[in-house]
Amino acid sequence: MKKKVLTVDDSRTIRNMLLVTLNNAGFETIQAEDGVEGLEVLEDANPDVIVTDINMPRLDGFGFIEGVRKNEKYRAIPILVLTTESDAEKKNRARQAGATGWIVKPFDPTKLIDAIERVTA
Amino acid sequence: MDMNEIKEIFFQECEEQLAELESGLLRLNDGDRDPETVNAVFRAVHSIKGGAGAFALDDLVSFAHVFETTLDCVRSNKLEPTQEVLKVMLKSADVLADLTNVARDGGSVDQARSAQLIRELEALAKGEAPPAAEAPAPKAAAAPKAAPAPKPAPVAAAAAPNDEGFLPVAFSFDDFGGEEEAVIEHPAYEVVFKPKSELYTKGNEATLLLRDLSRLGEMSIHCNMDSLPPLDQMDPEAAYFSWKVSIKTDKGEDAVRTVFEFAEWDCELEVIAVDAGEGASSESEELPMQPVPFDLSALDEEPHAPLGVVEEEEQIAAAQEAVTAAQTASNVVQMAGNASRAAAADKGAAAAAAAQNNAQQASAAGQTIRVDLDRVDRLINLVGELVINQAMLSQSVIENDSNGVSSINMGLEELQQLTREIQDSVMAIRAQPVKPVFQRMARTVREIADITGKSVRLVTEGENTEVDKTVIDKLAEPLTHMIRNAVDHGLEMPEKRLAAGKSAEGTVKLTAKHRSGRIVIELSDDGAGINREKVRQKAIDNDLIAADANLSDEEIDNLIFHAGFSTADKVSDLSGRGVGMDVVKRSIQALGGRINISSKPGQGSVFTMSLPLTLAVLDGMVVTVAGQTLVVPLTAIVETLQPDAAAIHSFGATQRLISIRNSFCPLVDVGRILNFRATQANPVEGVALLVESEGGGQRALMVDAIQGQRQVVIKSLEANYTHVPGIAAATILGDGRVALILDVDAVVAASRGQPLHLETSLAAAG
Repeated sequence: MKKKVLTVDDSRTIRNMLLVTLNNAGFETIQAEDGVEGLEVLEDANPDVIVTDINMPRLDGFGFIEGVRKNEKYRAIPILVLTTESDAEKKNRARQAGATGWIVKPFDPTKLIDAIERVTA
Repeated sequence: MDMNEIKEIFFQECEEQLAELESGLLRLNDGDRDPETVNAVFRAVHSIKGGAGAFALDDLVSFAHVFETTLDCVRSNKLEPTQEVLKVMLKSADVLADLTNVARDGGSVDQARSAQLIRELEALAKGEAPPAAEAPAPKAAAAPKAAPAPKPAPVAAAAAPNDEGFLPVAFSFDDFGGEEEAVIEHPAYEVVFKPKSELYTKGNEATLLLRDLSRLGEMSIHCNMDSLPPLDQMDPEAAYFSWKVSIKTDKGEDAVRTVFEFAEWDCELEVIAVDAGEGASSESEELPMQPVPFDLSALDEEPHAPLGVVEEEEQIAAAQEAVTAAQTASNVVQMAGNASRAAAADKGAAAAAAAQNNAQQASAAGQTIRVDLDRVDRLINLVGELVINQAMLSQSVIENDSNGVSSINMGLEELQQLTREIQDSVMAIRAQPVKPVFQRMARTVREIADITGKSVRLVTEGENTEVDKTVIDKLAEPLTHMIRNAVDHGLEMPEKRLAAGKSAEGTVKLTAKHRSGRIVIELSDDGAGINREKVRQKAIDNDLIAADANLSDEEIDNLIFHAGFSTADKVSDLSGRGVGMDVVKRSIQALGGRINISSKPGQGSVFTMSLPLTLAVLDGMVVTVAGQTLVVPLTAIVETLQPDAAAIHSFGATQRLISIRNSFCPLVDVGRILNFRATQANPVEGVALLVESEGGGQRALMVDAIQGQRQVVIKSLEANYTHVPGIAAATILGDGRVALILDVDAVVAASRGQPLHLETSLAAAG
């Protein structure tokens, strides 16, 4: 059974890179363009792991993570933050919102897959 | 999809982000203080930086980074977006666009300019930011790279033009002070790992972390379950266990810690390097551990349950066969987990849902789709064929149906209507708003205003007016030249404007509108207008007109379209490029357009361009020349006339002139120029088409007869055959014959002694 990854990122470039990387690694990938859409598709997508950007229109990554954690069904789903923000403050906020881990952009495909495997069974 | 395709997407996205950036900055400039505007601007730069990083476009990344840092100060209200600040930012946006272009197309950027802007951006970020407020970047990354030395540390970190924000150093050892004495030459470690409940609520799993750890080397695990309460007091989601792991690895302590990277705040973690043979550390005695048989391979097959903490407990407890209470508890919650899984168990349903998501996604994205231009072009081509086919069908029906009222004829008329509608709709797909070009002009205005020291405001109107993409692409260059001229030559210096009772700031206005099937673009300035005395004198100096020529104001104004004409007293940065209005006029004409100027001394000038909405079809005059059917673009024709024998005058050996309203105009026999015939035809038997040539002068093209006017679908000769001098393209007429579309400029040029070499065989084939 393929593991399902929901990616949330407003950049078409990054979305495509994620798609290629994840598909090549044998994941099923579902994509959303911002936090609002991410929450909308969450139920139907029923992912095993979520990878999300922080800076997004409408609803940013922090808000999105909080939204996911409020959902009884997904409150313990692994969420990886994918962002160029590596400074401690942002990482801390993401963690407080409930992020499981993070991947620093520009992501290296191996590191992305490693991180996903570290948080999924 | 490969990386090159993604890169192409990246550059497309950059263009969109750059447009977003510029329009956001302009909105801020107009006093918009909506935080979402600032956010959008920030995101645009951030997105470019993110993508650029993925493709290792270092110049782009480092500039975007500095820009982003300064924008972040605006976003967090540390920096007020004043006009001065926005001026720097708009210029930075321009540099960012340059860097993007260079990254895509190669070439080089103005290093000095981008270095200057980096300094200005850094100064802004520094000058306004309260030194303590700026969050320090990760110390490990920032410290060794912080730029010029003696700045206050946090500011230096924020402003340093390096890519510190990107270094994949995502964890800090600082929280674990005193442990750096780990000695690598003893590759054995004792790890004490005591998760807090938060570890599980954030989606981490002790099991998975331990599994990850086991990949580093040979290890043994001890689980401490002392704190597990009786079942009735147990919180199924709390953390009760801790582990002590002994591991031998050659990967080093960093690798061991990296395993717990995501969990470091949510657990108590100790990693202690142990000397070979040495016993456990003192803590281990305080935490009595029991050996637990731990089957890590089994974990890989275990489906992931949403309530990870219980699953984790189940594993250990079952193996231990000691803590029956925990087992019962886990069963209870396992059922809950099953129930939640059952909801989405059907994989087919999930796939259908995903498809539905995509559909929703598409509709949410503003009802637009991205289509490869080639596909649209193919469709346009096919519709072109359809139009031709329909015309041929109509013609043959008419030929075979003498009374002309049959039902076939009626049906054909409807078909014709439909075909035209399809054609219009397909053309509309290629239509795009002129907005991007207008936005580029904003940049041009800024740059020239800077160079000339003038204060200029660009006002745009009708940015959403749509026109064929090809036209838009070719519009940018002539418009740029015209804007340059308007600011450089049209507008006065601020002092001069004030003296003339105008505002110090000059206004350049760019408008677009549709008018009778064409797009009309107007460029006006409120400058001094054309100095007719100066233009006239210049024209006399350059031998363009005779010293005693009697010219109307309009004629004088139009002199500026003559080749090599420049009225600037000194050659400035801009006019030094050797681009005159003649080039502008020629490129507008090449688009099938016309350009006019009207000017009022002291009040400014207005340039009016009228362009076709598409380059795929053309309004043409169908004419006969030496038995061949040719199409002459209607836009080139000023008037048509039947020459009178008395109006024809010989000039030299072969040249002839026609006198029209007391002025002489050279006659050009199209048939002779194209080598359709060996000798010149008698002008009195033909029709003269008065055309305007690129030099501004007029020529009378002689053709044998006019068949009529019609819209024709342009078929490229280059794509289907090869370039033919004197011929712009071809088309297929209603009767199925190929007709060549005349390249008026080339024919006029040929009449001035640059012979065309046209193969007679082709001419006959046409």
